[in-house]
Amino acid sequence: MKININGKECLANDGDYVLQVARANDIFIPAICYLNDCSPTLACRMCMVEIDGKRSYACNTKVKDGMQVLSNTKELWDERNAIMQTYCINHPLQCGVCDKSGECELQNFTHKAQVDTQNHWIKEIDRRHQDWGALQYDPSLCIVCERCITVCKDKIGDSELKTIARGGDAPDKDFKDTMSKDAYAVWTKFQKSLIAPQNGTTLDCQECAECVSVCPTGAIINKNFQYRSNAWELTRIPASNPHSSDCELMYYDVKQKSIKDNTKMVYRVSNDFHFTTLNKAARFAYDIASDCKGKDEVEFNRLVSLFKDNKIKNVKFNSYITNEEAYILELLRQKYGFNLVNNEALCFQDFLKTFCAHSGSFYNASSDDVKKSDFIVIAGSFLRHDNPTLSYKVNNAIVMNKGAGLYFHPIKDTKFSKIAKNFVSVNCDYGKEAQVLEFILQYFAKDLPQDLAYIKDAFYEEQIEVEVKSKDAEGNEIKEKKQETIKKSSLAKELGFDEDKLKDLLLKKANFTLIIGNDYFYHENAKYLAYLLANIQKLTDFKVMLIPPRTNTLGVSLLCKLSKASDGFTLGYNERGDFSFSNDEHNNLASSNLLEQEGTFVNYDKRLVPTNAALKFKGYYLNDLANALGLDALYTIEYTEQLPKDKGFLNIAFDDLTNHYDNAGNNHRGYLIDTCEFVKNLKQDNQIPQNIKSTCECKKDDIVILANPIGNLSKYTNKSSFFNECASLYASKDYLAKHNLKENSMVKIYDDKDEIIIKVVLDKNIENGAYLPTFDDKINPYKFFKTRRYYALNIKEISYE
Amino acid sequence: MKKYYYVDKERKLILSPYEKFIKSVKRCLNTELFSGIFLIAKEVFKPNNSATIKYPMEKMKLDNRYRAVHRLQRFIESENERCIGCGLCEKICISNCIRMETKLGDDGRKLVSNYSINLGRCIYCGFCAEVCPELAIVHGVEYENAAEQRSYFAHKKDILTPIDNLINQVEFEGAGSLRADADDFVKATPNYYEISISTNNEEVKNA
Repeated sequence: MKININGKECLANDGDYVLQVARANDIFIPAICYLNDCSPTLACRMCMVEIDGKRSYACNTKVKDGMQVLSNTKELWDERNAIMQTYCINHPLQCGVCDKSGECELQNFTHKAQVDTQNHWIKEIDRRHQDWGALQYDPSLCIVCERCITVCKDKIGDSELKTIARGGDAPDKDFKDTMSKDAYAVWTKFQKSLIAPQNGTTLDCQECAECVSVCPTGAIINKNFQYRSNAWELTRIPASNPHSSDCELMYYDVKQKSIKDNTKMVYRVSNDFHFTTLNKAARFAYDIASDCKGKDEVEFNRLVSLFKDNKIKNVKFNSYITNEEAYILELLRQKYGFNLVNNEALCFQDFLKTFCAHSGSFYNASSDDVKKSDFIVIAGSFLRHDNPTLSYKVNNAIVMNKGAGLYFHPIKDTKFSKIAKNFVSVNCDYGKEAQVLEFILQYFAKDLPQDLAYIKDAFYEEQIEVEVKSKDAEGNEIKEKKQETIKKSSLAKELGFDEDKLKDLLLKKANFTLIIGNDYFYHENAKYLAYLLANIQKLTDFKVMLIPPRTNTLGVSLLCKLSKASDGFTLGYNERGDFSFSNDEHNNLASSNLLEQEGTFVNYDKRLVPTNAALKFKGYYLNDLANALGLDALYTIEYTEQLPKDKGFLNIAFDDLTNHYDNAGNNHRGYLIDTCEFVKNLKQDNQIPQNIKSTCECKKDDIVILANPIGNLSKYTNKSSFFNECASLYASKDYLAKHNLKENSMVKIYDDKDEIIIKVVLDKNIENGAYLPTFDDKINPYKFFKTRRYYALNIKEISYE
Repeated sequence: MKKYYYVDKERKLILSPYEKFIKSVKRCLNTELFSGIFLIAKEVFKPNNSATIKYPMEKMKLDNRYRAVHRLQRFIESENERCIGCGLCEKICISNCIRMETKLGDDGRKLVSNYSINLGRCIYCGFCAEVCPELAIVHGVEYENAAEQRSYFAHKKDILTPIDNLINQVEFEGAGSLRADADDFVKATPNYYEISISTNNEEVKNA
């Protein structure tokens, strides 16, 4: 349909808000409280427009065909002037020291509305600075636009903020006659409320700091940025999140370290909060650059000769690398014939290949589909811990689309399970991965292939009593109790979940997404799971999304031929090996960090996204090594254009890649991988995998899973001063009670071969379980977790007597 | 085009060489020459008579508006530094010679932990003093800042008024400082209105 805004014809979709249409067409309508993809709060009233002669608010008025919208009339700007004036009443004149100064929306709109006098006054109340831990709240700067509350509820899913009574006087009645109705209403509301954490005093959230990002004034700020730098002194360097596979667009804000030290330093990370949401890792783990002093020629030459003498049998690496690096490693592998070892990516690659072979296509959902869907099933992922950003999208979909969902995980995430009434956490037992997929096939698929026919028969009969009302010959009601036999899914029963509930959840739902996480890739029965999943994509309405476990796992699995390690000399690239070319502390030769190099990632949306170097790296890049070994490229990014076409990459040069969202929210980041091309060139292996029936015979109470606390996703995030923790065993309250453990005590966790001594810490947000982190490379949890992500471990408290 | 005009139109021009010759002979024989010599000799031997000053023994008295090496001022009353670290001077500086470091102070306020001006690069335009909302960075009268190198820095400790010397701190009167009648332009704040209303009300009640 077409609407007319300020004389400009605009195309609009049914259900769009006027403000969205205006923004998509580059028409400026002022708005403070509105956030993309969130419900309109109507707190600021700045977006008032005239629609066919009547006053309404652009942020919550849906478009109608032929609408005439005016947003720039003098009367409207007079009203806006009055509103901005009310926001300025008693607003401290501390712009000079305020961290937001220069990028403050209150400043901008005050100027834009040309406020030059203050005609109103009211008694000031006590609004003292509040310490919320990593975040700081200054109520006197707050204009109660509620963007923080909105983003926390509609996007993040923590719902940690609320409004409380401010306790201010109501504005003087005399003003009611002299000022406009809207301005008076805004002022009255403003005098009534303030922002506060749910429990009143301190925040108890995952500290993603998205509220800081959306705050239009300096009311909520990061403690570690407070008073460090003015916004205009910082250089914004666009990049992609290097810590998780969402690879969201973010900016490193960079400035010189100090007066005496002119080298650059990252002061903070910012984002386009209307279009992207960053997780805690992206937001805070930025001071991780290695302090490499220069080029260590001796060690470099040793490494080159190791290659030239063909001594290297394995190159061990992880997926926190760029596509270009992965491609260089692959080229070197082709030249020298060593094994490329990356166990985590290998598992994912195998899973992906089996999946593609059987479904005939790549996984077909992206995070945008998640955002649009109204029924989401999550399995095999401890989602908020594994990929926080995707959990934001899930929350956004369920809240905004009035969606429903099922979340299968043995450990109950109490906060995540509370995001909506129709989002049901199913705490099935460990080892039920196949059953989840089988149940989805049973319930949603129409025609199952022959070899999966057994799923159709997985029913049992149950007798239930039904009251039947009928009328006898004289017309009286009689109630009769009858025994009825109904068929129920034995799979649902195994999962401990009532399938009848599903009917209610599925009312009026149209867009289905299934999200599959790490548990499935690391499973010893992964091939069969991939086969089931392929059938789900083929036979049901579900779109399937796999979460690549690490930043560039997908890119690595597209580019590299991976294998298991064999005996012999191992070069560790960013990992520990016989020779370590790594950015860890104990290395032979320093390698660059992800924020010190240009390159590209393939994110979970199958999109190749570019990232830029925020800081200078003085040591040797992998490209230098490649050049010494006979490859030829001046810069690493020369490989971007050469990434292989048969794997789905397009031959586009790095400098031609864009990295932004437009005003309509369309994604202009890099390009989408041509997944058809990848699947076409895959060596087809159509053998149907066997279902290895292995039951998890360990004691359920003893099971520990491999997961990190929210935000601290890897050894790289843990390098930053914000995290920098020692690994602990994070346990739920009931786990502690079952094993007679005290909080913060030292425990020994062991199986029959190995043991780890570790502190046990209470995680209030989980129930029935414990998890062991991977971020601390001083402990090695992988000695227990060889295939699966969960393992039964004995636990004993250590006493020092 | 600019039109030129003669300054001394009436002046008689000496035309003939004979007249010229006569005039020079007259001048040579006149005492006019000696009167000039005498005048100069008188000025030379006059005590305390000099058109220039005897630098470096003697120095010029500069006006408070003079734009020489910067000073960071303190409040006379509280002895606190006036600089709030807003960074406007850093931003406005057209020769890009000011740099500052700020952080969260122990008292919860913004603390300027260091401040530097590259005096070799500064063009002494006075914009920093003009933009400063707190009259914290001002120009001083210290102009003797020659150095061996092209860039040399004044840090905060060099230009901040020492506490023990606070008594000698002089207000800058140049651009950016308050005008003498600044008080007349102060508008009453909303709080002030409120006070005046309540006092008025009380007066009404009392009456």
